[in-house]
Amino acid sequence: MIRIKNLHKKFGDLEVLKGIDLEVKKGQAVVVIGPSGSGKTTFLRCLNILETPSAGVISIDEQSVDFAKPVPKKKVNAFRKQSAMVFQHYNLFPHMTALENVMEGPVTVQGQDKAAARKKAEQLLAKVGLGDKVNEYPFQLSGGQQQRVGIARALALEPKVMLFDEPTSALDPELVGEVLQVMKDLASEGMTMVVVTHEMRFAKGVADEVLFMDGGHIIERGKPEDIFGHPKEARTQQFLNLIQKTDVI
Amino acid sequence: MMKFPKDGSAKMYLNSIFSDPVRMERLVDISQTSWLPLLEGLIQFTVPLSIISFIIGLILAVLTALARISTIKILQVIARIYVSIIRGTPLLVQLFILFYGLPSLGVTIDPFPAAVIGFSLNVGAYASEVIRASILSIPKGQWEAADTIGMTYVQSLRRIILPQAARVSVPPLSNTFISLVKDTSLASLILVTEMFRIAQQIAATNYEFLLLYGQAALIYWVVCFLLSVGQGRLENRFDRYVSR
Ligand SMILES: Nc1ncnc2c1ncn2[C@@H]1O[C@H](COP(=O)(O)OP(=O)(O)OP(=O)(O)O)[C@@H](O)[C@H]1O
Ligand SMILES: [Mg+2]
Repeated sequence: MIRIKNLHKKFGDLEVLKGIDLEVKKGQAVVVIGPSGSGKTTFLRCLNILETPSAGVISIDEQSVDFAKPVPKKKVNAFRKQSAMVFQHYNLFPHMTALENVMEGPVTVQGQDKAAARKKAEQLLAKVGLGDKVNEYPFQLSGGQQQRVGIARALALEPKVMLFDEPTSALDPELVGEVLQVMKDLASEGMTMVVVTHEMRFAKGVADEVLFMDGGHIIERGKPEDIFGHPKEARTQQFLNLIQKTDVI
Repeated sequence: MMKFPKDGSAKMYLNSIFSDPVRMERLVDISQTSWLPLLEGLIQFTVPLSIISFIIGLILAVLTALARISTIKILQVIARIYVSIIRGTPLLVQLFILFYGLPSLGVTIDPFPAAVIGFSLNVGAYASEVIRASILSIPKGQWEAADTIGMTYVQSLRRIILPQAARVSVPPLSNTFISLVKDTSLASLILVTEMFRIAQQIAATNYEFLLLYGQAALIYWVVCFLLSVGQGRLENRFDRYVSR
């Protein structure tokens, strides 16, 4: 489903991604872990072309983009439609209700009929457990609820791939579970997902593969039990010790 | 220099009005017959001039703000020059150039359209700074969220960014509008028969300057008061989606 070849990203002189290769099969959930500043967010944003990679090829399903030369805007937009992003800070549209947030993509971008889009949006919100909050504005919702609206908004576009950037790290601990549950359900329905998260429970329970990133490289990859149980690389070990000690996970 | 009569003639003047029933009656008379033409001037010219100029000005302002924000150098430069010229020269001088100056180049514009052009250009320049600031105040994440659901630049602006920027802009743009309403009195000097020009015309026939200009001032004040009430309502409407 996703195929990435030799992906590079530079911000000026700072090279943040130094050649990433990755393949994700349809229906797989991949969890990305790694220290702060290792390039996880940048990597996800490149997949959605929120950042334009400096070099490399990204393919999702049938579409493929080579960043060796400038990519036309049309192509970027078409490519983007295959994946949808869920942000760490939700980034809901504050001037729209939960329902309007979810309907916005289908109606404005895909030109769907309003009544049909509304019905689908209501179903999606019910699915993430917010059937009774459709008419609330984001400021009236808790963080966990906002993030679930964010997930519903992404799902409304029927993407082939869902990208999550630390979707629970801005949440109070008691709200993390409800969001992870929604993501778990998605994974079990066969959604292809790339998730940046340090939630060990989620990684162990849901991930088909865990990637450890550091310094712009994928240092190690493997099944969750292998990565967390007996990591091969010293840097992975160090990192896991660190987060276990500081109880981030 | 301001001169106050030392002999108490101001007091005598007021006394003479209040103790002289004939003079009182004359003033009341003039005042009563003036309301109608003044309000006519308001409805026929002051209000349409304000509204039309504000709408055109806002469109100019949004375009100018977008040009300033854009990454296209030439657009930035054009926008900067426009704002700089308009802000750096007096409004009255701009109106005079449009109305009295351009005929030298063979371009003759009637008073009302000349005033519309002048005031629109003015609003466009001042409001563009307001709009630019409010667009920049919208968090980057909103653009990204719009991008990720596949919106084009224009869709992002129209659906996501400008509606939020509008909320932030209401107080400063209300200021702009209220200033504009009062500034339209300058159009009297390029022969637009708006309210203040009518006040001048009436006063020229009966020499009751204080009365007529006072009446005009009162009407401006009432109009501006109503506008600030409208501003409050607009702010409330926009505030429905923010916690307070
Ligand atoms: N727009 C940008 N311009 C310049 N440098 C950037 C930009 N975005 C990210 N960087 C730099 O790229 C590096 C990787 O950042 P990134 O956000 O991808 O890390 P991360 O792994 O997501 O970290 P965290 O766990 O803290 O979220 C950092 O050094 C950061 O300062
Ligand atoms: Mg990050």
